[in-house]
Amino acid sequence: MTETWTMTKALNEGLRRSMRDDERVLLMGEDIGRLGGVFRVTEGLQAEFGEQRVMDTPLAESGIVGSAIGLAMRGWRPVCEIQFDGFVYPAFDQITSQLAKQTYRHAGSQSFPVVIRIPYGGHIGAVEHHQESPETYFAHTPGLRVISPATPHDAYWMIQEAIAGNDPVIFLEPKSRYWPRGEVDLAASGIGVHASRIVRRGTDVTLIGHGAMVATLLAAAEIAEQEGTSAEVVDLRSLSPIDYGPLIESVRRTGRAVVAQEAPQHVSVGSEIAATIAERAFYSLQAPVLRVSGFDTPFPPAKLEGVYLPDADRVLEAVDRALAY
Amino acid sequence: MATASETICLLSPEGVLVESEMTERLLPLIEALPEERLLDFHRQMAVTRRLDVEASHLQRQGQLALWIPSIGQEGAQVGSGYAARQQDHIFPAYREHAVARIRGVDLMRLIELLRGLDHGGWDPAAHGNFHLYTLVIGSQTLHATGYAMGIGLDGASGTGDPERDEAVMVYFGDGATSQGDVSEALVFAASYQTPQVFFLQNNHWAISVPVSRQSRTPLVRRASGFGIPGLQIDGNDVLAAYAVTRVALDDARAGKGPRFIEALTYRIGAHTTSDDPSKYRDEAELAYWQARDPIARYETYLRGRGVADAFFAEVAEEGEALAADMRRRTLALGPPPQSKVFAHVYTDPHPLIAEQQTWLEHYERSFGGEA
Repeated sequence: MTETWTMTKALNEGLRRSMRDDERVLLMGEDIGRLGGVFRVTEGLQAEFGEQRVMDTPLAESGIVGSAIGLAMRGWRPVCEIQFDGFVYPAFDQITSQLAKQTYRHAGSQSFPVVIRIPYGGHIGAVEHHQESPETYFAHTPGLRVISPATPHDAYWMIQEAIAGNDPVIFLEPKSRYWPRGEVDLAASGIGVHASRIVRRGTDVTLIGHGAMVATLLAAAEIAEQEGTSAEVVDLRSLSPIDYGPLIESVRRTGRAVVAQEAPQHVSVGSEIAATIAERAFYSLQAPVLRVSGFDTPFPPAKLEGVYLPDADRVLEAVDRALAY
Repeated sequence: MATASETICLLSPEGVLVESEMTERLLPLIEALPEERLLDFHRQMAVTRRLDVEASHLQRQGQLALWIPSIGQEGAQVGSGYAARQQDHIFPAYREHAVARIRGVDLMRLIELLRGLDHGGWDPAAHGNFHLYTLVIGSQTLHATGYAMGIGLDGASGTGDPERDEAVMVYFGDGATSQGDVSEALVFAASYQTPQVFFLQNNHWAISVPVSRQSRTPLVRRASGFGIPGLQIDGNDVLAAYAVTRVALDDARAGKGPRFIEALTYRIGAHTTSDDPSKYRDEAELAYWQARDPIARYETYLRGRGVADAFFAEVAEEGEALAADMRRRTLALGPPPQSKVFAHVYTDPHPLIAEQQTWLEHYERSFGGEA
């Protein structure tokens, strides 16, 4: 059975299904109850599951994550909502020093199935702290899993798989993709939560990205095709761990790779991928792996976000450079 | 020293029961205790202190990376520790060795932690619901609060059955009260009316910084600002620590919401074996608190009740024997297995960890020995 949903609807339905399947799943966050979250992802869930399982918390991010750790110790499966990307940092200690390390500290006697949902990324014209891409911090932290869906279908399934897993998951929701509709197959996810996926076939260059960037890469590939270049596109889906299988296989065929991300470039996920491709596919490469990123500046004021954020043209500029080698 | 108008004390520094309107309510809780439990108070305090001394020696002899002395704080810890019921959950900071012992945690687990063999690693469920030491100051208060929220969601408190109702007690220090996490824990606890006791050991020093730098008011007054009933006790009085904590935990278990206790005590020793308190504390202050030692005070009381020399001698002997056993077992500890680096980073399989572990095994084998 297939539905056509926005990503917010897909996430809402995925959360609903997880809560129906497992009565230990609960949601906690700021404004997620009566309001349904500032992006309405949790709309209607408090009405269905009650105030105990859909908790409007006090306005304290460290408190949300820290108490979620205690709830997990008690056998609950908390799904925390951080309202915006830039608001996750007050919880940074509880995420990186506590949640991420608890299973290790406990020598495995306890699991910490806590999911932290974070709307992230730009393109929405918002004020400071509302458009950032903080994935590198979490992908760099042992003990966390970091995933990001690019489509409503993946959002629907990946949120359920994140909740059903037994490890902490940073679940990054590309907020510029909240509203476009897409088909959601309600019968099967079709792929593992940490699998990367080739979403467009091509022969000349491999374009790699995650979250909202996947749509930009697909747009770039369309333009490239008109110009006679066949671009393959890989949706990473998971940033920790990274499924290098399809990615390396793709680069071995195309000989060229461009990695794109909204996040700043310095010491980023894109840099890690570039290094790994160089290590594992060196003899297949016709050109160095090139990165296209946000600049190494703070996210600029909204009227300048178009300058900051990589678009199809910036991706194609890198494709041209790769092809010129 | 910041004291509230009423600091609860049942046993004076001279070892005499304090009879007043204030203590009238609490003394029956002490009178109801079997003699054996009153003796346990002394036994736990004295044995823990002896083991504490031994562990510090082991550190000086290179057997431990670090030790965290609890000397001087045994009264607060033993009294509160015995006030908890078996079904309660205890979230320590990192100096609650006496509480660990009361909950059935072998201090060797702490020796292993501070020798660098693990990061704790015990299963709280199999160790008296005594959770792991947490070294980031104040972080555990939020874990405790979340756990207590879970008890509330499970309907496992406030049923009216004291044998079944559960509560949480979390330990933290005066330094921790300045951490945002502690304030957030108090907000969440008050908001969700968690079955929980916040047990603050104000030992007056956060390493080298006196409590006056953390707060201009008695710390117990913070509680009322959060809407949580709070009491300040003489933390070197094991009987006050027991009785007040007992009432607070009973209230929490009964569904009356969170409680806050500030125990005024003193860290007689160094912050850890890496610290030198002579650089920042004066002798007069130390002498003042040494005269208020929780063990000496309680021994005077027990002797006054007719407890004979033989008991104190027996406890001292037990302490010597356990200290010798701790030393023997510490010296017998081997290195942790290399595989421990990779164990339990995640619960579910993780390809990167598996890949790096395999790489290390190959690397080790490349030297020709056994991995």
